[in-house]
Amino acid sequence: MAAHDDGGFHGPSIDEFFPAVIAFEGTPFELNRIMLIRLLAVAVIIVLFYLGTRRMKLVPGRFQSIIEMGLDFVRVNIAEDLLGKKDGRRFLPLLTTIFFLVLTMNLAGVVPFLNVAGTSVVGMPLLLAVIAYVAFIYAGLKKHAGTFIKSSLFPPGVPWPIYIIVTPIEIVSIFILRPVTLALRLLMNMVAGHLLLVLCFSATQFFFFSAGGFWGLLGVGTLAFGFVFTLFEILVAALQAYVFTLLTTVYIQLALAEEH
Amino acid sequence: MASVPAQLIAVLTEAAEEAPKNPLIPEWYDIIWSAVCFVVILAFFLWKVLPAMRKLLDERGARIQGGIEKAEKAQAEAAAALDQYNAQLAEARVEAGRIREQAREDGKKILVELREQAQADAARITAQAQAQIEAERQAAVTALRAEVGSLAIDLASGVVGQSLSDDKKSRALVDRFLADLEASESGAAKTRA
Repeated sequence: MAAHDDGGFHGPSIDEFFPAVIAFEGTPFELNRIMLIRLLAVAVIIVLFYLGTRRMKLVPGRFQSIIEMGLDFVRVNIAEDLLGKKDGRRFLPLLTTIFFLVLTMNLAGVVPFLNVAGTSVVGMPLLLAVIAYVAFIYAGLKKHAGTFIKSSLFPPGVPWPIYIIVTPIEIVSIFILRPVTLALRLLMNMVAGHLLLVLCFSATQFFFFSAGGFWGLLGVGTLAFGFVFTLFEILVAALQAYVFTLLTTVYIQLALAEEH
Repeated sequence: MASVPAQLIAVLTEAAEEAPKNPLIPEWYDIIWSAVCFVVILAFFLWKVLPAMRKLLDERGARIQGGIEKAEKAQAEAAAALDQYNAQLAEARVEAGRIREQAREDGKKILVELREQAQADAARITAQAQAQIEAERQAAVTALRAEVGSLAIDLASGVVGQSLSDDKKSRALVDRFLADLEASESGAAKTRA
C-alpha cells in the first residue's frame, strides 16, 4: 500500500503479494512480509492455545471456554458430525490444524499493520489442498485397499457404456478438480479481498490527500466502503476457513464411504 | 514533486526487469514457509492441545458419570434406610401391641388374685370373729349359769321365805324360770349351730 502514496492514483496490482525480500534473499528460505505474517500467525496460535490448554479445569474459566468452544467447533460440528466418533478422532489433528491455520492467516488480512492474509499467496492454499488430497486418498486406500480407485472411477450400479462418459468426469472431478478448487477458492477469496481493501483505502488516501477539495467527499464514500468490506472480510476469513475444513472432511468422508 | 517521475520510472524499470509474477505458480520459499507453519501447528495440536483437550473431556465425562452414580447410590441408600425405618416402626408397633396385651392379661390376673385373697381374708376374719363371739358367749353362759344358780337360790330362798303356804305358786314360778332358762339355752345352741 505504501507504494501508492505518490501523486497519481495507482490501483493495486498482483505485486501486492510479492513484497520486498527482508532476509535470506536468493535462498529457499527467503523471508518477506507475508512470510513473516505467516510465522506471526503460527506464534499467535501457539501462544493462545498454549495458554488456553496449559492448566485446563473441569469447570472452565472465560478464556478456557473460548478455546474449548473453538476446538469443539471443529471436533463436534465438523469432524464427528461428518466422520463419526472413531474416524473423526483419527482425522481431528489434521482438521483442527487446517481450520485454525487458515482462520488465523485469513484474519491477518484485516488486522491493522498486517493487512494481508497469510493465505493470499498460493503456497499455503496449495500446500493445504495437497495435504487434503493426500489425506482423502490415504483414507480411501486404507479403508478399501483394493477397491477405492476402481469404485471411485467406475461407480457401481451404472451400465457399462455409461462409464465412457462417467469415468473421465470422475477422474477430473475427484483427482484434479477437488484439490485445485480447494486451493483456488481460498487463494482467490483472500487475493480479491485484499485487493478490494487496498483499492478502497488507497482511493480514500488519494481523494483525501492528493485530489483534494471536492474530491474529498468521494473519499468519505470509499472509506465507508473500505469499512464495510473490512467487516465483510472478517466474515469471509471465518467462512473460508470453515469451507476449506468442511470440504476436506467431506472428501475424506466420501472416500471412507466409497461403497456408493 | 520532481522526484516523483524518477521514482515512477525506477519502479517501472524494476517491474520490467522482473518478469510479471504469476500468482498461481508458487515460489520455493512460499512452499517451504507454508510447510514449516503447517508442520509446527500440526505438531502443536497433535502433541499438546488435542491430548489436553481429550484428557479434559474424559475427566469431565468421568466426573459427570461419577456424580450420577453417586446420586444414584445415595438415593438407593435413602430408600433402604426408609424401608428399614418402616420395618422397625412396624415391628415396634407389633411389640407395643403385644406388651399392651400382656399388661392387660397381667392386670386381669392380678385383679383376680387380689379378689381371691380379699375373699380369703374376709372369710378368715369372719371365722375369727365368729370364734371370738362364740368364746365370749360361752364365757358369758358359763358366768351366767353360775350367777343364775346363785340367783335362783336367792330367789328360791326369797320365795321360800315369804310364802311357804303357797306351795303350788312357788313351784310353778321355779318351773317357769327353769323352762325359760332351758329355752334360751337351747335357742343359743341353735344359733351357734
